[in-house]
Amino acid sequence: MNINTTKIISLLFFIFSAFYLYTAYQIQVFAFDENAPFNAKTFPIYLGYVGLFFSGLKLILPDPESIKVEHKTLEYKKTAILIIIAIIYGATILKIGYFLTTSFFLFGSYYFLGERRWILMFLLSFPFVAAFMYLLHGVLDIYLRDPFLKLIGVMG
Amino acid sequence: MIEGILIGLSTALTLQNIFMVMIGCFFGTIIGMLPGLGPMTAIALMIPITYGFDPATGLILMAGVYYGAVFGGSTSSILLNAPGVPGTVATSFDGYPMAQQGKAGKALAIAAWSSFAGGTFSAIYLLFLAPSLSKVSLSFRSPDYFALMILGLTAIAAFSSKGQFLKAMMMVVLGLMLASVGQDSLSDITRFTFDNMNLTDGISFVLVVMATFAMSEALTIILKRNDPTAAAKQVSLTELGSIKIDKEDRKKMYKTIPRSSVIGFLIGVLPGAGATIASFLAYGMERNLVNDDEKQKFGKGSVNGLSAPETANNAACSGSFVPMLTLGIPGSGTTAVMLGALLGFGVQPGPRLYMTNPEIFWSIIMSMYIGMVILLILNLPLIPYIARILAVPKNYLIPLILFFSITGIYVMSFNNFDIYLMIGIAVIATFLRLYDFPMPPLILAFVLGGLMEENLRRSLLLSNGSWEFLWDRTLTLCILLTTVFIVIWHIYKTFKKKN
Repeated sequence: MNINTTKIISLLFFIFSAFYLYTAYQIQVFAFDENAPFNAKTFPIYLGYVGLFFSGLKLILPDPESIKVEHKTLEYKKTAILIIIAIIYGATILKIGYFLTTSFFLFGSYYFLGERRWILMFLLSFPFVAAFMYLLHGVLDIYLRDPFLKLIGVMG
Repeated sequence: MIEGILIGLSTALTLQNIFMVMIGCFFGTIIGMLPGLGPMTAIALMIPITYGFDPATGLILMAGVYYGAVFGGSTSSILLNAPGVPGTVATSFDGYPMAQQGKAGKALAIAAWSSFAGGTFSAIYLLFLAPSLSKVSLSFRSPDYFALMILGLTAIAAFSSKGQFLKAMMMVVLGLMLASVGQDSLSDITRFTFDNMNLTDGISFVLVVMATFAMSEALTIILKRNDPTAAAKQVSLTELGSIKIDKEDRKKMYKTIPRSSVIGFLIGVLPGAGATIASFLAYGMERNLVNDDEKQKFGKGSVNGLSAPETANNAACSGSFVPMLTLGIPGSGTTAVMLGALLGFGVQPGPRLYMTNPEIFWSIIMSMYIGMVILLILNLPLIPYIARILAVPKNYLIPLILFFSITGIYVMSFNNFDIYLMIGIAVIATFLRLYDFPMPPLILAFVLGGLMEENLRRSLLLSNGSWEFLWDRTLTLCILLTTVFIVIWHIYKTFKKKN
């Protein structure tokens, strides 16, 4: 059996399915439902077995077309930075508010992707987010919580 | 039916809905022209906005995005040989050679008229077929629905996996597993939440779509150093030439369009198949039907060779609405996203939709005609200008896609746990995409998960826990046998390919 990344993913999926199946068996159902033809854990149990079946098949059957990924050509650094910026965005949005965090998220993303046209970067972050907020909040009536804008009296 | 058509027309022809079709077609054309970003991404990005409207308007907007994206995809196929969406690959076979001969404008006009005619014919078929099929599907019972859902999931895995059926089936299972998180619909018992209150209501459909499509596509573009906007930059510089179609070419199209629209529509109706298969089949069929002189021109700029796939892919788009509107089972990844959005509106698509919500049912069908006209009169002359808008550097495009994805989730829950969950799923999806694990089967499974469990529950309770319901009815048995055939056939093909 040729070990490649697809096989490793299949193995991980096999382990995940086994864990899912174990957790499915642990689901607490009502006592009167325990012996019913169908209860809250019936479908997940079947799913767990189906997951084991397909990932098991993928593990043991030969790969028709082995996928080769050239890791050297992949841009891991910028991708990781974007993910970190998105995580920081998620961590700060409730405390600082939508307007500032989103604007800084956009500005930071443009910067880390290599953009250096400052005026365009500014226009496509702060005024752009303000216009988008107006569309959501003012036109479509979708509520946006923003402690910062509330503090300076822009939002009610 | 006349009454329904009038209801549909009165809904679709409101100023707001016409505007939505225009926005949808325009936005869809833009996204469709970018190789790598397909209609599912475009629709996913639109979902949070649609929740500000009523269901009919929301769905009209999404449908506009869908056929706009297919139209946009053919533009980059013809001008650059870089199909924006898989459904327009066959368009490039004759569209690109025609553009190279200095007839880019004519090729675009043939594509636009063929798309228009294919979409219009298909909408007519839909108009007549959907209500009849709805009546037939009223006789379907839970076991039939359960079997049909298994068939739909297996078929989409078979068609979208590029020969990697088992990978697609693993994605189906993963989608169903994700759908099982949260409270059980009947007993309210929580499952797979690990005592996290944020998971009690389950994982949001919009979150999964945004993560697996919009966000993961943006990350994949950065990771693979692709530049989808490069294509648009070239389109904006291309000299289009005349968009006139001469009499002889029109004659050829008169024959091609009706037959290609029929095949496109029928393929679109089948669960799992879609615009890609429809366009290839129509291209192949057309090549067999034309005379020997015309056959020689295929691949070198044939009018029939361009018109057939363009007609078929648009007809398939309308056809894919049939299973969604009449059975409540989406036939493709794109209609699965729409179904999920409809469920979010509290509307249950299915055989009763045209009785309970006639304005939604008929207005979607009617809006298709309007959409096709808009694509023809608005987008064709505007292609170079749209391309100029698109020629923004990817350094701006990617953050904006991430921004729309995260905002879409945030405005729905105001909860940063959902943002983290979306980032986590997007990272896993990006990694899986690198190894060709397809995402549409995951989305379809996620959407159908709840319905599938519900129908299995009913079937098992009615049969007192016995699995005989699978072969008690001929219809259920036939559907299941088809599913078994697809599974065995694909596993056999895997063996045969290796040997």
